Amino acid sequence: MIRVENLHKAFGGQQVLQGLTLEVNTGEIMIVIGRSGGGKSVFLRHLLGLLRPDAGRIWVDGVEITALRGHEMDKVRERYGVVFQGGALFDSLTVFDNVAFPLREKTALAASEIAARVEEKLAQVGLSGAGHKYPDEVSGGMRKRAAIARALVTEPQIVFFDEPTTGLDPVLVNAIHHLILDLHRKFRFTAVMVSHEIPEIFEIAQRVAMLHDGVIVEAGDPQAIQESGNPVVQQFIRGQIEGPIRAI
Amino acid sequence: MNTGPSETFVRPVEALGRISLDVVESLGRFGLFLGQAAVWTFVPPFKVLQLLQRIHFIGFRSLSVIILTGAFTGMVLGLQVFLTLSRFGSEAFLGPAVALSLIRELGPVLAALMVTGRAGSALTAEIGIMRITEQIDALTVMALNPMRYLIVPVIVAGLITFPLMTAIFDVVGIFGGYLVGVRLLGLSEGTYFGEMQTFVDMADIWVGFWKSLCFGVVVTWVCAYKGYYTGHGAEGVSRATTEAVVLSSVLILVWDYFLGSVLP
Repeated sequence: MIRVENLHKAFGGQQVLQGLTLEVNTGEIMIVIGRSGGGKSVFLRHLLGLLRPDAGRIWVDGVEITALRGHEMDKVRERYGVVFQGGALFDSLTVFDNVAFPLREKTALAASEIAARVEEKLAQVGLSGAGHKYPDEVSGGMRKRAAIARALVTEPQIVFFDEPTTGLDPVLVNAIHHLILDLHRKFRFTAVMVSHEIPEIFEIAQRVAMLHDGVIVEAGDPQAIQESGNPVVQQFIRGQIEGPIRAI
Repeated sequence: MNTGPSETFVRPVEALGRISLDVVESLGRFGLFLGQAAVWTFVPPFKVLQLLQRIHFIGFRSLSVIILTGAFTGMVLGLQVFLTLSRFGSEAFLGPAVALSLIRELGPVLAALMVTGRAGSALTAEIGIMRITEQIDALTVMALNPMRYLIVPVIVAGLITFPLMTAIFDVVGIFGGYLVGVRLLGLSEGTYFGEMQTFVDMADIWVGFWKSLCFGVVVTWVCAYKGYYTGHGAEGVSRATTEAVVLSSVLILVWDYFLGSVLP
């Protein structure tokens, strides 16, 4: 379980997180929604240990990670898989080598075993035969799928997705969402995803949390969120211009 | 809104304080960056493949520019020094003059400047792009230390390649001087090389070696640091690259003066 308590973060004078509190249960898909620039990625970077909060604490399976540094934090990260917004594939490596990278660096597996596991993961994300290509030779959707394969190749217990479908066409958005759902059914990892793909995310999320003004204003199952009486939530999921959220 | 006299006084002081703190913080981060790299250099597993790739990138791929600039530097030295010495009837000292100038000063400095222009800027851009495209974050969340994986091989490669590049620059430069002084201007070959043996000591070669070693650390440290802490977007990488080249070049000349004062 991931527990976040009263998280605060400011950049310069701008307060981005103002007491964010959230719990993510083991094995569930939690999707954090909210406006662009509203602090979703900042929140995710705190969970990854890439940012330190000004105040507040985060526990991952009982371990308080906000107090961890260096090797101790790396031990927590070894259970993580991360899909970055742009994929963050290493552009000097082929798709195959990108997916093989964490296995080569973090395990003592033989080359043949690594190759088998990479091919298996590439097949699961529909990239069989594309392993020899470089990231700039494949489409945006293929890059995202390669990033998902790389994140899952070490069979992590917790997977973080930072807007994995941003910039893709609706068909690809659905395809990636269903891919994530399939992989989740197969491997039962805990997933934390930040996204603003409304309404598609309601099909794959087990719980949804709405981040607004630096706090979680509502969290619950997709149906509860869609039926929420909170005007902020309603304005966001309906994409209305008028309401408590300032459009521009 | 009216501002009182105390506020008028406080604001500039506050701004000055903030700037001072920023400078101190940046210098501290700059120093810590090298300190961390130094520590991770001795922590296994060693990234041998990455080190060889960096040696190839910084060293081997700079060879042509080093040979070209070395040759012309030697030729210019040969011509100018010969013309100057001939006024005093001391052309015989052309060999030692060219060799000492190259070995003690011009070789380490010019080789370092050339490698900075060719490889240093590219290193900053490469590491900067890795930063803005979250590739460095990807390394971090894979529990792979980017310092060990990215930075240490660059600095160690600098330590290995800069003295080698300097040595090649010196040798090619001496032959450039030979070409002009002996082949074009008629100085005897025996005089050119014989006087060189008399006047050039091992201590002079050590001076050049220590300088090139220091420049290797300075250039790779600055270029890697600027890339690692690059600003946002393409403009941030562009600015970091420019700053890396300018700062490296300035530090090479400043360090050259200090090392020249300290070393025998």
